Amino acid sequence: MSAAAALDTARPALPVLQEKGQREVFCGLTGIVWLHRKIQDSFFLVVGSRTCAHLIQSAAGVMIFAEPRFATAIIDERDLAGLADMNDELDQVVDRLIARRPDIRLLFLVGSCPSEVIKLDLSRAASRLSRRFSPAVRVLNYSGSGIETTFTQGEDACLASLVPILPAEAPNAAKSLLVVGALAEVVEDQMARMFEIMGVGPVRFLPPRRATDLPAIGPGTRYLLAQPFLADTARALEARGASRIAAPFPLGEEGTTLWLQAAAHAWGIDPDRFQAATAIGRERARQALARYTGRLTGRRVFFFPDSQLEIPLARFLARELSMELVEVGTPYLHRQHLADELAMLPPDTRLSEGQHVDRQLDRCRAEKPDLVVCGLGLANPLEAEGLTTKWSIELLFTPIQGYEQAADLAELFARPLVRRARLEV
Amino acid sequence: MKLTVWTYEGPPHVGAMRIATAMEGVHYVLHAPQGDTYADLLFTMIERASKRPPVTYTTFQARDLGGDTAELFKTSAQEAFDRFQPQAMLVGASCTAELIQDDPGGLARALGLPVPVVALELPSYQRKENWGAAETFYQLVRAMAGPSAPPPGSQRPARQPGIRARCNVLGPAALGFRHRDDVREITSLLNRMGIDINVVAPLGATPADLARLGDADFNVVLYPEIASQAAAWLQRMFGQPMVKTVPIGVGATRDFVREVAEIAGVDPTGILSAETSRLPWYSRSVDSNYLTGKRVFIFGDATHAIAAARIATQELGFTVVGLGTYSREFARELREAAKLYDVEPLITDDYLEVEEHVVRLQPELVLGTQMERHIAKRLSVPCAVISAPVHVQDFPARYSPQMGFEGANVIFDTWVHPLMMGLEEHLLTMFRDDFEFNDDEAPSHLHNAGAAPMRAEETVVPAVAEAAALTTDRPVLWAQEAERELKKIPFFVRGKARRNTERFAEQAGLNTITIETLYDAKAHFGR
Ligand code: SF4
Repeated sequence: MSAAAALDTARPALPVLQEKGQREVFCGLTGIVWLHRKIQDSFFLVVGSRTCAHLIQSAAGVMIFAEPRFATAIIDERDLAGLADMNDELDQVVDRLIARRPDIRLLFLVGSCPSEVIKLDLSRAASRLSRRFSPAVRVLNYSGSGIETTFTQGEDACLASLVPILPAEAPNAAKSLLVVGALAEVVEDQMARMFEIMGVGPVRFLPPRRATDLPAIGPGTRYLLAQPFLADTARALEARGASRIAAPFPLGEEGTTLWLQAAAHAWGIDPDRFQAATAIGRERARQALARYTGRLTGRRVFFFPDSQLEIPLARFLARELSMELVEVGTPYLHRQHLADELAMLPPDTRLSEGQHVDRQLDRCRAEKPDLVVCGLGLANPLEAEGLTTKWSIELLFTPIQGYEQAADLAELFARPLVRRARLEV
Repeated sequence: MKLTVWTYEGPPHVGAMRIATAMEGVHYVLHAPQGDTYADLLFTMIERASKRPPVTYTTFQARDLGGDTAELFKTSAQEAFDRFQPQAMLVGASCTAELIQDDPGGLARALGLPVPVVALELPSYQRKENWGAAETFYQLVRAMAGPSAPPPGSQRPARQPGIRARCNVLGPAALGFRHRDDVREITSLLNRMGIDINVVAPLGATPADLARLGDADFNVVLYPEIASQAAAWLQRMFGQPMVKTVPIGVGATRDFVREVAEIAGVDPTGILSAETSRLPWYSRSVDSNYLTGKRVFIFGDATHAIAAARIATQELGFTVVGLGTYSREFARELREAAKLYDVEPLITDDYLEVEEHVVRLQPELVLGTQMERHIAKRLSVPCAVISAPVHVQDFPARYSPQMGFEGANVIFDTWVHPLMMGLEEHLLTMFRDDFEFNDDEAPSHLHNAGAAPMRAEETVVPAVAEAAALTTDRPVLWAQEAERELKKIPFFVRGKARRNTERFAEQAGLNTITIETLYDAKAHFGR
């Protein structure tokens, strides 16, 4: 059991406001925006509508620095009317794609609302295409549809689809650590160094940077979630014999320490050695964070549901920067994976799950928080009303985990406040 | 099924949103899954809208599909009405809801709301954003203005003497390319001509404003992609003539003034002699000589692309080498324009196809959308943006219209800016070996001067690689001294020179390119 859970497990579960209504959140397709950069020899082909293509393009911004490794096979009326065989059509699209991008090693067929509603069987298509292009290209499928997945759940679905093809660990292999969840490369490298100094290993990461570099897995695998939205991936890993190391998430100095410590415990690392390995990082993070306490202490923050990172972020802001939590919304609350996090939240935190965006906006306006964390559709209108906002998608596109990034994370919240204070127009 | 890397247009319900968001007092209830709420950010982030678009999404989920998504729609519509109290409501389905066939129109009618409810049928698997905008505007205009239409066949009463002519300005919408500033420019031009504005729509109009569209003497259609369907209906129902010339460029603005004057019965000579554009003089001034015959590739929505081609040839002295549009609805108009410039019309919404054309045509300037800006950037070809789809940069803080005489000034500046200045280009050509000139030199007035741009001949994007393969497959060798001579040609035309020379060598059956071949090819192809 981690130190955090020991802190306050006895207290009753926090009440959660269950909301049902308009959800102002992205669908799981959005994860493609970072996943296609993370796995460098992969390609994401959405099978969907013009809306799906437009969503990814808009979420990615039209700022493209290189040709993207994603595209959409847009279903048209001929497909729906049965004038064209959708499987043949899909095969042709994939042929064109692979001819164009011979560097692809792993192709994801990504399901969408339309493909789900018409029950297009992408798993059969994936195995058919896999056979056809084997061994050069592997084809997998998952759903990023908005009727099934919210924003970061797309990454969950993607990683879960990878689990069955991970190679099996040799039967008598030594214990290994699998860090699960897409992280910035700089963060991954820092974590890997930490584990090495502590004597925890071998350490592997899911997703890998290259599809040809899949981590092996088996009953000896202990996995540590680096992101809070990986329910399906965790289930798939358990089905392959891996077991979870419970921990809070590596956000902030405290979160990072507890996260590393959970792995150290599982490896039976001597506390002194753990102390020695983490002392410098902890100290640096604390010092860097100290610069922000003045700016953030006592400030009231309101989270709209978005990435499922809300609860760990709220815990960090409340405990390390003494911010006051007005409301912490999450699209979905995974009580088991977030048990340690929930135990660390201030006892009177107002949590909400799901969304009714208009009612939530009413609550937010009534509370007049100092800072609102919300999606891109809401940020400018709230700013125009006089509230200060932090757009949540930036939290997914910025390295925020680990000691060296703790202050960067604080900076993301401080900057909108500093900016508002500076502007005199 | 069609492979799509980037799309020029969103789905048709985004077009409907552009109408609803442009207007006041309208609310749109869209049967759609949660991810479709991304469309809000187009308005709040790209256009920096200070209000949320007036759209309620039902955000049904998989678990609702077995149950009652129709009930969910009704609840959402009722709640939206109670909360926002619109003067009129739009209801419709996005691509996914179209498949589950809940009939938003029927469901909304069943609610018996006390305001007009317009049910939109926007076939998502067939149509796109601009079509959706046009259809939505047309349906709204019909619903609101229809009740006051005179009986069929009735004559429009003649305007009383001494009363100023009145017109509607139709087409400007949310997320339009410079619509905000065009409206100001054209409104002031019309006012100076002695014409009053009855209604501007959809931008800034309420449903009540649409109801009095019939009061105007005629309609000005600024953006045919959005307003020509509605204007045609108004013409039929109210006998209102429509002004069809789109006033982009000096020549087109003059034509526009004449056409308006004719319809409104006013004298255009005053305004034509007092016109304020600097473009004609700037274009005649000697330093603009270097613009002569610059090869331009033009792509955008049909209205802006066709207008750009006319300006490019008649007002700047460029040569149009390619003209295309993603607006299939206006393919005929674009084909006709392409004939004027003797180029193949390109009607496509396939970004990859556009890219192939740019690579093949080797223009010296690309006038396109944000997509072509990316193509041009990769190929190191100067580019200016002339059309939607829009980007946050297309909403400049300053007044920056495309239409009217001031619009022509803006266009002159915007298109000429990315090019090398005349003398700069000459110096680079003459003194290749100056140690401070190098291949990575950008025009000195651009911010990225000094930053190394990618060069066309060495940039490998797959489509380019494919196109280049056509020439590099055959082993034509470059003699060393020819290669050195090639390096003396400025980088921005070197790719073209290399390819032309190789093509020339192939056609002549040569295996090696010498300095002589280089100059033979130059003489053969000319400029
Ligand atoms: S919510 Fe569904 S239809 Fe909309 S973009 Fe996402 S997957 Fe496509």
